Amino acid sequence: MANLTLELESERKKICQIAKNCGLDFFETIFELITYDQISQIAAYGGFPVRYPHWKFGMEYEQLSKSYEYGLSKIYEMVINTDPCYAYLMEGNSMMDQKLVMAHVYGHCDFFKNNVWFSKTNRKMMDEMANHATRIRRYIDRYGYEEVEKFIDSCLSIENLIDRHSILNTPKGPKIESPVSSASDFMFKVDKSYMRNYINPPDYVAEQKQKQLESQMHKAKFPSEPVRDIVSFLIHHAPLEEWQQDILTIIRDESYYFAPQGMTKTLNEGWASYWHSHMMTRHILNDSEIIDFADHHSGTMFMQMGGYNPYKVGIELFRDIENRWNKGQFGRDWEECDDVRERKNWNKNTRLGREKIFEIRKIYNDVTFIDEFLTEDFCIRHKMFVYKMNKETQKFEIDTRDFKAIKAQLLFQMTNFGQPIIKIDNANFENRGEILLQHIHEGLDLQPNYMDATMRNVFKLWQRPVNLVTMMDNEPQLFRFDGNEYTKHSLKQEKKPEPAA
Amino acid sequence: MAIREDQNRFKSIIKGKVRDDFKRYVTNGELIGRREDEFVKIPLPRIDIPSFRYGPKQNEKGVGQGDGEPDESASGSSESGQGKAGDQAGEHLLEVEISIEELAEILGEKLELPRIEPKGSKNILAEKNKYSGIAPVGPEGLRKFKQTYKKALSRYISTGTYDPDHPVIVPIRRDFQYRTVKKTQLPHTKAVVIYMMDVSGSMGEEQKEIVRLESFWINTWLKKHYKGLETRFIIHDAAAKEVDEETFFKTSESGGTLISSAYKLCQQIIEADYPSSEWNIYPFHFSDGDNWSGEDTRLCLSLLKEFFLPRVNVFSYGQVESKYGSGQFLKDLQKEFSQDDRLTLSQIENRDKILNSIKDFLGKGK
Repeated sequence: MANLTLELESERKKICQIAKNCGLDFFETIFELITYDQISQIAAYGGFPVRYPHWKFGMEYEQLSKSYEYGLSKIYEMVINTDPCYAYLMEGNSMMDQKLVMAHVYGHCDFFKNNVWFSKTNRKMMDEMANHATRIRRYIDRYGYEEVEKFIDSCLSIENLIDRHSILNTPKGPKIESPVSSASDFMFKVDKSYMRNYINPPDYVAEQKQKQLESQMHKAKFPSEPVRDIVSFLIHHAPLEEWQQDILTIIRDESYYFAPQGMTKTLNEGWASYWHSHMMTRHILNDSEIIDFADHHSGTMFMQMGGYNPYKVGIELFRDIENRWNKGQFGRDWEECDDVRERKNWNKNTRLGREKIFEIRKIYNDVTFIDEFLTEDFCIRHKMFVYKMNKETQKFEIDTRDFKAIKAQLLFQMTNFGQPIIKIDNANFENRGEILLQHIHEGLDLQPNYMDATMRNVFKLWQRPVNLVTMMDNEPQLFRFDGNEYTKHSLKQEKKPEPAA
Repeated sequence: MAIREDQNRFKSIIKGKVRDDFKRYVTNGELIGRREDEFVKIPLPRIDIPSFRYGPKQNEKGVGQGDGEPDESASGSSESGQGKAGDQAGEHLLEVEISIEELAEILGEKLELPRIEPKGSKNILAEKNKYSGIAPVGPEGLRKFKQTYKKALSRYISTGTYDPDHPVIVPIRRDFQYRTVKKTQLPHTKAVVIYMMDVSGSMGEEQKEIVRLESFWINTWLKKHYKGLETRFIIHDAAAKEVDEETFFKTSESGGTLISSAYKLCQQIIEADYPSSEWNIYPFHFSDGDNWSGEDTRLCLSLLKEFFLPRVNVFSYGQVESKYGSGQFLKDLQKEFSQDDRLTLSQIENRDKILNSIKDFLGKGK
């Protein structure tokens, strides 16, 4: 329940009204005032009060609370995409900070509610997460802590292997083709778990699974098209126990829940920053708070070498777009105009800026946003460049200020949320029921030791050898883990497996 | 909070890692360099959930903002840029804090060390005052409100005068409760470790590093058993002097070796500051075993026999192998005291033997 002080509550009401007047449209937003220790916990849990037990949250918490105690970092704002939205304020922050956070949060809430990439999000995720936690705790009681933890470790290892772009198709990701039959075709529905072995005798189920596997083997290629959602594929086709399937499903659901936030980071932060800046400077701040606001705001917007700042790029792009659409600097006439002076004084008084940015927050994600609205003028005005590491001096150097290079670099960083794209090419590789993964190489090699460890985890799930085709050191290579040994074959000499383009 | 469960699990995973790799930490000096009062900081490779991700090259390129010409070192470039990017590359180090107490536990577990039975702990007692008692009289400042109220409430209820609709409780004289001092007798466990080291020319850097590592682990283990552990340091070549810890490990002399000089100084220290009726005394002597003369050795043996062994918990001698040392002293001691378990001897050939040697020293539980 909201537990704001009277003063904060009256500010909240004011800011909420201001946000509504600005045209922001959000679910009811509940603010809670909590201590830094609680905020560290909730942040470690990815914003939620209850998660399934796992040491990774403990590690996250340890780091967050330490770095706060040492004065290295501070979490100002946290908001959860649910209906109603929950947001947290930290006890002891100054009133100006609290107001800033509230204004910022209303920006996020508006974005969550309206951006199309969130349209299929489960808005009751708070309950869902708690439900997941209960289920996993039940499995822990039944199968033991270590057993379940080990399995979760394997699942988390592949949680990024989902198809982020499918989130608009169905609420829970794409459907997986079913080769012949899925388990449910020969298993009866069981309400009481203790009846399971009687209704579906394990021998019978195993036999059916074997048959199913054999019929899969006879298919020319399975899956017929490479599959991006590897997690889903494994849920349906790996030889997993029911509880294991359930855990993997939980991990996948949570991964899909967080995916749109990763895809709209720049847009979302830019949007919230645009609005906190707008509301604070025009409506909320009193005279004595201006300096503190400027200090805090510029601290947030600071972009340092080696770190891309989504707040900065986002807010500046929104402002640039608003300005351009207000002055009519778009469309064919604008694009074709080469006269520098004319471009500089271009003002058709179209006044479409506000409308345009609201449209953008509705239908774009980071990739399409940068692709469409990052302009050469913008890069020059903001002195943007691509830097690279100079191996000899071990320092970052400006590589180029070429617009195309900047844009390409930004887009590359954002595509697939900065993660490599990996597909299942064949689940019956060499007709031995082995899995063949295909890394779509885009100029960067995979981290070898992580690749090794991850393949071992895939093996634990698939329980048959795992192969991965990728480029390593400019050479196509096939890596293979067969349960005991990790081997590497160059695909240059022997042209055995055919990596599909 | 639920997070505690995860945090404890994470910590126990880390401790498991330290335990698995314990030998490496024992023989590795960097750990001691990160010592604070209560904690040791141990650098561990970040435990991470592996996933398919890009290699370190990902961080070598990016988009920035600011002035400057191409190929110019980028302005505003932060030196820490590389470190920051580390969590992507998987070479990030996680610094975990492990308390000395926990470290001692791991040490004890790994080496199967017995608990130390402090000498004469039953006789030596210390009195300690604790405000844990309750009395019916006392100064107002020590009045316990809750207890007083409870007492009054129970009186009301038992006499049937309690009225739930009008729950006013007025305590009277005999309801009042006060905190009072309780004297507790604690076994007194004062202990002193006196380190003596041969710093003559024949002891090299490596030998001293071994002593440094050993002394750290010995302290760790003893600290677990004795709350107020004192340490004293004596260096000697032909003459002995008392120094502080830093000097102890840094000094390098070139003279000859008279072991008796150190033993005599140690005797003086014990006589002056540490009566054996009150103190658990642990002298440790490290040398390469090359004494100047047989006569001096005889003097040492008689000092041991007459002064040290009756007074100390255990006298430990560690002989560090060096190119120059003859190692004769160890043999002499063995000959003389082979049956006496108040003297512990250990031979430390190299770093890898440190663990064995610690076990030699502490394995007796004395």
